Order: sequence, then structure tokens, then C-alpha cells
Amino acid sequence: MSEKHIDQETGTETTGHEWDGIRELDNPLPRWWLWIFYACIAWSVVYWVLMPAWPAPPGMQGFTEGVVGNSERVNVAEDMQALQASRSEFFTRLDAAESYDAIESDPALFRFALAAGESNFANFCATCHGAGAQGFTGYPNLNDDVWLWGGSFNDIRTTLLYGIRSDHAETRYSQMPAYGADGLLSREQIRNVRDYVLSLSGGTGFDAAALSAGAEVFASQCATCHGDNGMGDRTQGAPDLTDAIWLYGGSPEQVENSIWRGPFGVMPAWEGRLDDPVITALTAYVYSLGGGEAETAAEGAAGE
Amino acid sequence: MSTARHNLISAPGVATHDVEAVNDAKKRKLYKKREPIYPKLVHGKFRLAKWVFMVLALGAYYFIPFLRWDRGPSAPDQAVLIDFEGRRFYFFFIEIWPQEIYYVSGLLIIAALALFLVSALFGRVWCGYACPQTVWTDLFIAVERLFEGDRNKRIKLDRAKWSFDKAWRKIGKHSVWLVIAAATGGAWILYFHDAYDTLSHFFTGGSPISAYLFFGVLTFTTYTLAGTMREQVCIYMCPWPRIQAAMTDRDALNVAYRVDRGEPRGAHKKGESWEGRGDCIDCKACVAACPMGIDIREGSQLECIQCALCIDACDDIMKKVDRPTGLISYDTDINIDRRHAGLEPIYKFLRPRVLVYAFALAIAGSIMLFGLTTRASLDVNVTRDRNPNFVQLSDGSVRNGYTLKVINRTHENREYRIAIDGPEGLEWRILGQEETRGLTVDVPAERTQDFRIFLTVPREAITASNQSVIFTVSPDGSDESRTAETVFLSGGSR
Repeated sequence: MSEKHIDQETGTETTGHEWDGIRELDNPLPRWWLWIFYACIAWSVVYWVLMPAWPAPPGMQGFTEGVVGNSERVNVAEDMQALQASRSEFFTRLDAAESYDAIESDPALFRFALAAGESNFANFCATCHGAGAQGFTGYPNLNDDVWLWGGSFNDIRTTLLYGIRSDHAETRYSQMPAYGADGLLSREQIRNVRDYVLSLSGGTGFDAAALSAGAEVFASQCATCHGDNGMGDRTQGAPDLTDAIWLYGGSPEQVENSIWRGPFGVMPAWEGRLDDPVITALTAYVYSLGGGEAETAAEGAAGE
Repeated sequence: MSTARHNLISAPGVATHDVEAVNDAKKRKLYKKREPIYPKLVHGKFRLAKWVFMVLALGAYYFIPFLRWDRGPSAPDQAVLIDFEGRRFYFFFIEIWPQEIYYVSGLLIIAALALFLVSALFGRVWCGYACPQTVWTDLFIAVERLFEGDRNKRIKLDRAKWSFDKAWRKIGKHSVWLVIAAATGGAWILYFHDAYDTLSHFFTGGSPISAYLFFGVLTFTTYTLAGTMREQVCIYMCPWPRIQAAMTDRDALNVAYRVDRGEPRGAHKKGESWEGRGDCIDCKACVAACPMGIDIREGSQLECIQCALCIDACDDIMKKVDRPTGLISYDTDINIDRRHAGLEPIYKFLRPRVLVYAFALAIAGSIMLFGLTTRASLDVNVTRDRNPNFVQLSDGSVRNGYTLKVINRTHENREYRIAIDGPEGLEWRILGQEETRGLTVDVPAERTQDFRIFLTVPREAITASNQSVIFTVSPDGSDESRTAETVFLSGGSR
């Protein structure tokens, strides 16, 4: 700082700095501003005393705790506990729910189940089935009315608990042979049976000789699981080949490829990884997507 | 600026005031301590108008929360209520929901336009008469006068040493100020919760913490802004004087000193001739009356709130010295100039600016009125599922999912019938609802309810990838109906 410089115009002292001929007047701060400034300083001291503020030796938790004893970590933990407590009632009720109707007839529980199901679906299921449960090639669309292993509440719940071709002891299991890869059928036989399968769901324009040859192969190789008329069998997870839904694609190339390699879709078992009430919530959510089916006596028994 | 005090008496009861315009822009230093202002009580038509308006405005503010308005059992019966918890704003027959926030915008637009129009016509009448800062400051000054006397007594009291007399007057004044401030904060919170309920819980500590917080903030601001800061709020804190410059023009009425009549000013002795001099006897009654601490004779200034108290003060003097009143009066900039040039004053009220503001105000007002009078008690809204866009079903048919929102704004539970107009052979299902109820749904009073609706269209009816669907919702047994249009997606015919 050089000696004092007084501005001619105003008679006010300047800060002593000069930028391109411009000097800054060293006016005093407004009083109200100073008061607020001092008040803030005073408050900061109060705040240090009240709240965690300073680093401290590890013996003191590593910081000064403050008189109020506020801890955001503890607050969050308490909030989480309160949240769990507020939900526990619903989870208890979900655990006791035996059927979709039991959940649906209780509007509050139904809302809770769908919300819990939706968020858990996004966490655990959407990776394969898609965010809207729309599925991908090889991963079933859960919105439609086609269920490989059954679409009743108990069927869906069983699938969720034990998985499909998973490592769980009670997993749903079946395997389609890789007819081409393992050399069970020739390429021509596979093409014939492909044409026959496509004709089952209304496909036209196939060679009559190929169709009859394909029908023979179908009767000897495929009908055991897919049924004589190709309607499938849910106890074995064998899909209905006469409908409009194709898990592995419905184009001639895709169908031929499926027969050639024999699909082996796997879904993990969720029992033990997710709590039972959460699985129930997921079941209700998947059921509600539009394809849920009524419980049949036989399936109900099978699902037990 | 002025000569030494003179003892010339122009007329009985006319005294020259020993007063300086402390907020004169020329003399005011930026960082100096606030100079106290001791406005002198005046009598006259503008003072009376201000008293009347103060009583009306404060009366309305304190009384309105206690007005009742029957809305049925499901809604509060307070006429004016901002119900944050229930997410409603009630104003007599008007009821605004959060999704209708545009009504609040409309209200603000109308208020702004009205302010512009009034400013264009009469200058800062808002500042002078209606602004809460002005009203409460006026009230606080009245209380001050009650305890400490008028201008001269207050100056004397402030200069006097501390005594019992000074102490009780000061304590009394501040106590009454605090009571008024507390009542102001107290009335404020009554607008946000039921007034009677709040009153019965407030003193026992049973009100929500926000009520005490706002009570505290409003009490503090009322006390400081109206009691100790006063004119400083208008001069330093308020943006309106700056905006005002753009809102007014040379044809707007402002409180003004008639320079042509008043100058040259000077002391006048009774019996002296008025020839060759102005009517202003330089008694400074206008400065003594000014709550802003300015001298109106220096012309229109940012600090002037146009309260017109100087008009009353000057008219009083003019009557006493037997000169025409109106030396200070509402005048326009144009006429000040014209009078100076010896021309006749002209008044142009129907200026383009006035017409535009009036027109805009009329339009905004009618839109608002139309909106409020035709406001439906029912609203519907539909969103189509986007993930997935459509679901292929095994028999070749296609299903779309929709969320239909039905808003019941009435105060009773209602049953609504849904009609769906879409592709032929369309089948519907409402999630979570028994099939026996069909397309009839319940919505509780004042609630918005979501319904998940699945529509399935058979393969033959799918003629395009995008087919129109219209939901029509009507209350059971009523002609009123609302429609929501959407589409049915299928990815094209199969």
C-alpha cells in the first residue's frame, strides 16, 4: 500500500489500487451489513458449541459432537427404522396372504403390494425381463397371457421362489434336446418340422410333402412334451406352439435355430435372497400386469 | 440553505417550523446514521382518507380469517384459507387445487395490471395509501404520538435526559408496538389453519412449529419495519420506487409543488403585499408533515411515497394566510411545465398507456372470471403405458394399458360411469375392481383417483398401428361429462 489517496470528486479515501486508471473508493460498509456480519460470526460460535463442528482426536469419535448431539448418520438410521416399522405391518399382512384375491380385496394392502413389487421388480427382475416387464428374445414378456409354467398366483410365486433350471433343489426343470447340435435330426428333418410348427399357428405356403414329413418328426420327437396338437404342457414348461407368442422369435430362421440348439432358459431362485413377503409382493405385481390367471384346482394342488 | 430563523408571523397560528428535510438527496450521505423523522400531525381530506383506509385495511386483515363459508362436511368452512396440508386454496366461492396454480398466476397478473393502471393514472397511490408498510407505519406513528405527543414534544423528549416520564412513555410506546406486531403475526397464521382452532391451540403450545415461526418472523418484521426502519424500507429496500419510473409518465398525477405559484418564496408578514412574490411563505409545514423526511418543493423524487400529507399541511397554511389552496396538489409533470410557461393546464386521462393497461386488465379479468365460473367439478386425464407400448396376446389380439385419472372436485363421494369408444370388439378390464361393477368407479370427495384399465382389441379389428380411443367419464345420474383422448397402439395389422 502506498500513501493515502483521496478521490478529488468525493473526498473519499480510495483502496490505493489502480486498474487502468480506475480507483475503488474505500467507503465504509453499511451499518446494517456490518450488524448482519457480526451476528453471523456470533452465530457461528453458537453453532460450533451446539453442532458437530471441529476435528478432534479419535478418542472423541474424531470430531466434537456438539451439545445438541445431532448426528445425521443416526437420524438417517432412525428414519430408516421408522420406515421399516411403518411397512412391517403391511409385510406381515402380505406374508399371511394366500391368494391374489386376498390382497386385491384389501385396497391399502393391494397398493402397497404393487408399489413394493414394482420397486423390487426394477431392482431384481428388470435386468432380464425389462423395465416394463416386456421381456426380450429368450426372456418372457410378463404382460401377456402366456405362461410357460402357469400364470396363477401360486404358479408365479413358485417360479419366483425356486426359479427355472436354477440351482435350487425344487427348481422347475425340463430340457429340450439340441436336435441339430447333438445330431439327433438332420438339417432337412429340422426344416420340415420347422415348417410344420409354423403351420400350427396359421403359417401358410409350405410344401405339402415337407409338412407331412415334419408332422411325422413332430409326432415322434416333439409331441411328448409339446402335446399331440402342439398346445404345450405347463407341467414341463413346454410352450404352446399354436399361439402368436414366440419366446425365441417366430421367424423361420429363429424357429429353426431353436430346434437346432434346444433353448435352455434359466431364471434364478429368489427364495433366501428375498424375504418371503417381498416375493409375495413381486408375485402380486407380476400377476397384476395383465396376464394373471385364476387358480385352478389341479394347479393349486400342484403348486403346493 | 435557509436563512436564520425569523420571527415574521404571516397570520395567527402560522409558525415557521425549525425543520430540515433529512432525506434530501443532495444532503444525504450514503453511510451515515439514520436521522430520525418526527412527522407532524396534519388535518385535511387526505389525512382523513388515510385514516379511513387504515381502518378498512387493518379491519379486513384482522377480521377476514374469522369469516365462515359453508362448503359441506368434507372441506373447511373458513372463507379465506391457504391450506398447505390439504393442498387447497379457498377464497369464498373459489377453490384452487395445486394443478390449477394458473389461477394464482392469473390473480397475480390481474393485481400487477391493476397496479400499473392505477400508477399510470394517479402515480404512487399504492405507496401512499395502500402499501402495508405505509399503513402499519402510519399506525405506529399514531401510537408514538399518543404516548410522546406531536412533533415538537417528541423531539424534546428524545433530547431530554432519562426520567420516569420519558421511561414510561417509551416503554408504553414500544409495548403497544409489540402488541400490534404480535397481532399482525398472529393474524397471519390464521390464514393458513382454521382460525378458531389455531387461536385455541396457539397459547397452549399446540400449534405446529411453523405457526410459531411465522408468528415470530411477522412480529419481528412488523415491529422493526414499521417501528424503527419506516422510511428506510421505502428508500433502500423496496424495488417499487425504481420500477415506478417505468410505470408512470409525464401525464400521471403526482403530488407536486406549484413552482409557478410559489416562487419566489420567502417569509411573509401579516399585512404585507403579495405582489411580486410567490405564495410560499417558507413555513416548512410541508417538510414537518412529511413521513419520508423530504422537501416536496424540490420536485418529484424517488423518496416521495405520495401520501399527500404535505397537501393537507400546506392547504391549512394557505387558508390561514388567506391565499388559494392547492399550492401543493396532485399535478402532472406536463402541467408543471405548462404552468411555468404560462400555458393552461391540460389533462389527458385516456392515454395509450392507460388504454393498454385497462384493456389488458379487462382481458385478464374476463379470462379469469370465465375460468372460475366454468370450472368443472370433474376432470379426467389418461396416460397410456409406454413400456411396453402394447402387449401381444396368444390369440393374436393386442392389449394396451392405460391409467385413467378421475378428479372429483365436489365435496361428496361420487360414482362415475366410464364409456370407452375405440376399435370394434374392444374388451376392457379395470385392475383391482370386481367385474360385476362394470365400468362404474368410485371416487371419494375431493380426491384424484387413478384407475388401471386394460383394453384388448381382437386381431381382426386391428386396422392400423395407431387407433383412436376416447374415454368419456360422467357422474352417475348427470349429463356432465369429460372426455380424454388417447390411442391404441398395436404395431400394425397382423
